[in-house]
Amino acid sequence: MISKMESVIIIGGGHNGLACAAYLAKAGRKVTVLEAAGQVGGAAATREFATGYKASCAHLLNLLDDGISKELGLASNGLSMAKSGLNTIALATDGNHLTISADRVDGGSLSGEDQAAYKEYRRFMSKYAGIIAAMHNMVPPRITQDRGDLMALGKLALKVRMLGRDDMRELLRIAGINIYDVLKENFDNPLLKGALSLDAVLGTFSGPRSNNSVFTALHRMSGNNAGAAGAASIPAGGMGAVTDALAAAAKKAGAEIRTGSPVSKILMDGMQVSGVELTGGEQISATTVVSNADPKTTIMELLGARHVEAGFARKINNIRAKGNAAKLHLALDGLPDFTGVSPDQLGERLVIAPTVEYVELAFNHCKYGEFSANPVAEITIPSIHDTALAPDGKHVLSAIVQYAPRNLGVGWNEGKGAFMEAIFNTLSAYAPDIREKTVASELLTPEDLENEFRMGGGHWHHGELSLDQFLMLRPVPGSAQYKTPVEGLYFCGAGCHPGGGVMGSAGKNAATAVLSN
Amino acid sequence: MRTVDFSREDHYKNAVFPSPFHSRQKQHNKLREWSRWSDYLSVPAYWCESMEYFAGRNACGVFDITPMVKHLVTGPDALPYLNRLMTRDVSKIKPGRVGYSVWCNEQGRVIDDGTIFHLTEGVYRICSQEHQIDWFMTNTLGFDVTIVEDTHDVAGLALQGPTSCAVLRDMGLDGIENLTPFGLTYFDFHGTELMVSRTGFTGDLGYELWTSPENAEMLWDRLFEAGEQRGIKAMGSDALELLRIEAGFILAGADFLPAAEAVRPTHTRSPFELGLGWLVSFDKGVFNGRQALLEEKQNGSRFHLVKLDIDGNKPANQSFVYTKNKKYAGTVTSAMWSPSAKASIALASLEAPLGKPGEEFEVEIYYQRELKWSRVMAPARVVKDVFWDPPRKRQTPPADF
Repeated sequence: MISKMESVIIIGGGHNGLACAAYLAKAGRKVTVLEAAGQVGGAAATREFATGYKASCAHLLNLLDDGISKELGLASNGLSMAKSGLNTIALATDGNHLTISADRVDGGSLSGEDQAAYKEYRRFMSKYAGIIAAMHNMVPPRITQDRGDLMALGKLALKVRMLGRDDMRELLRIAGINIYDVLKENFDNPLLKGALSLDAVLGTFSGPRSNNSVFTALHRMSGNNAGAAGAASIPAGGMGAVTDALAAAAKKAGAEIRTGSPVSKILMDGMQVSGVELTGGEQISATTVVSNADPKTTIMELLGARHVEAGFARKINNIRAKGNAAKLHLALDGLPDFTGVSPDQLGERLVIAPTVEYVELAFNHCKYGEFSANPVAEITIPSIHDTALAPDGKHVLSAIVQYAPRNLGVGWNEGKGAFMEAIFNTLSAYAPDIREKTVASELLTPEDLENEFRMGGGHWHHGELSLDQFLMLRPVPGSAQYKTPVEGLYFCGAGCHPGGGVMGSAGKNAATAVLSN
Repeated sequence: MRTVDFSREDHYKNAVFPSPFHSRQKQHNKLREWSRWSDYLSVPAYWCESMEYFAGRNACGVFDITPMVKHLVTGPDALPYLNRLMTRDVSKIKPGRVGYSVWCNEQGRVIDDGTIFHLTEGVYRICSQEHQIDWFMTNTLGFDVTIVEDTHDVAGLALQGPTSCAVLRDMGLDGIENLTPFGLTYFDFHGTELMVSRTGFTGDLGYELWTSPENAEMLWDRLFEAGEQRGIKAMGSDALELLRIEAGFILAGADFLPAAEAVRPTHTRSPFELGLGWLVSFDKGVFNGRQALLEEKQNGSRFHLVKLDIDGNKPANQSFVYTKNKKYAGTVTSAMWSPSAKASIALASLEAPLGKPGEEFEVEIYYQRELKWSRVMAPARVVKDVFWDPPRKRQTPPADF
């Protein structure tokens, strides 16, 4: 018989909630996952957005942790890749595009110097990203005199020192600065710089000239999936296949997963968490509640700020989490014709970021509550690799489009149509037939993402990923080890270390924290 | 009417304003000396510090408390809000009652102390020494509560001393003798509302009178008419300082460093370190500083604030305290020669675990006689009880003096 002490409720069945559930269930806990939507997966779920056409909001897998994949047996639970190791095609309106892969870059009017510089750039960036990768699956050390904390910090410092003198010095020089400067130091080709700068700003509230953008670029490269740093894959069945596999692993380990069960309240018994209440009024008791919701929603809405000290509530409330990435899904009558892109290249990762200045100008708008007049985009056509996503001969285009500020000045009710128009104008410059190929479309603004997937601020990282909100500072000091100040309440979502992107590490680390208590 | 309408004032040129009692204070202020207390002009001594002190102990003294920082807390969540803010259990302060409390930051260090007036059901006023609006507003996150700083909307007078009750009765406040310590009540006073609380900062029988600034002068006049035969005197802040030390009350900025003003966080104090552990209620649920205070309770405090009875007659202001073995023990935070206790007394912050009642120390006192400095190592001992604690403080109805 399982005692009440060992029962755990997980609020939210996103990838981290499911990973956490699987690890806790494997360790013998009685786990119940409560997912508000009709299916698990959150923003990773594969959904039908038009009759016969499916897509998932998270569309490229580049951070899923190999260790987690193996430990939870995701392959045996149905996960396979439709395509791995995608190259990036930096689109140019004249068709003179670049092909960027893990170890080389070709095309366009690229100089030999830039090609050599790219190899060097990849070398040091991969090396630095490796340090971040090493932190993914650890409960972040706190700044205390505690032996464990000191040891973990020491190990981190040692890793940095082991880079060697020159690389360590370079890391310390560039870690906090902006990608614009670093790209300028290394490359001449405007298109190459534009495309590489996009990696630094996707999903963030920053432009290439914003501080921290080197760090976000490194974070994006820190995945160990598919061999090369930051390499992207498309799972068969869409990203929902990852969360379905995680759910299957969790269920196999004994976890119960209840969909259509939105939690409205975390219940307290004195100073201790006692369970949750669902929107319908049903109460479920547990002495441990792990929240996959973002920290702000968890504390300010589900728990109530009155159950924590004011300083903590204030820190949580001040987490910067303003989403800027919109998600575009197009149902296409056939493959669009991207100028100069061959049919076999259409299945790669296509990016619209012609120059680094273009990306910066696109960012400027969102600072003032406007959407980008000329947006940047990361585009995939997953149906090329996975025919199940669209009817025969038809295709799905999935794109992250920036910048679309969460709080648009005119409001998204009024602004959405105009932004869609701006997107089509931009896309048409690269794929002139895109409008006529489109039979249905869906544009999810950060507001839509917030409402549909319950991500505070519509931010896929559940909180801006930056040096001041990373490691022991994520989500805020005092809860960086997944345990909140409230007895029995834990965080396990992207708002915690190591942040968002479908990786599962926050969920795994949270499970470690729960089990060690 | 507000005493000061800040929207029309130039803050940079005018930071200190006359109190609503200013015209009357001016008449009494024979020394023509003014000091600053928060946003207002205050009087250090009207004529003679000692006479004003003795009025407070033997007759009654009137002290202008308008400058005290005041906040009104209202709204459905007023009580849970205050309970999360304060260290003590505010639910125990019923309507018509007043409670003393401290509030802490996350590190469990005291930001300020003050009194909580439960004016009517769910409506509270907090009086404090320091401006608090920023911290109080920060605390509103997640609460349906309204905080208004109403310092300038309320005129206040403290009437302290053995004849205070009789004076108020003679002034026409029928039934005032039935007000119990830390109680508050309302009177119709010549067509205006007058709130009276049996509170004060002197450790004696005394009341505080609260009204709208436009009634201030009328209140002052009626009070002095009624008190003429009972030795009423205007009292300055110097006399009050003596009265509060005898009563063992601590003062922000003297006996502890308000945490929000600290540049050196280790110089701040927790409630335990100020002898205010009785104000910390761990069983009421979460409150600011709870976690840190729990840890302190388990691991021990760094300091003890103690009352010292010092041999001799020299006030021990700003003195060092040593153990009998001449080891540094701490410093005096407030000190005086107490005319009522007939002793040199002090509040001192000693390094824990020093400072148990009965423990003996030496206080290094520097003093001057006709411009000549001397030094004495005066034996001193820690006492448990406050130096001035007359039964009339608690008596209801108070005896007729």
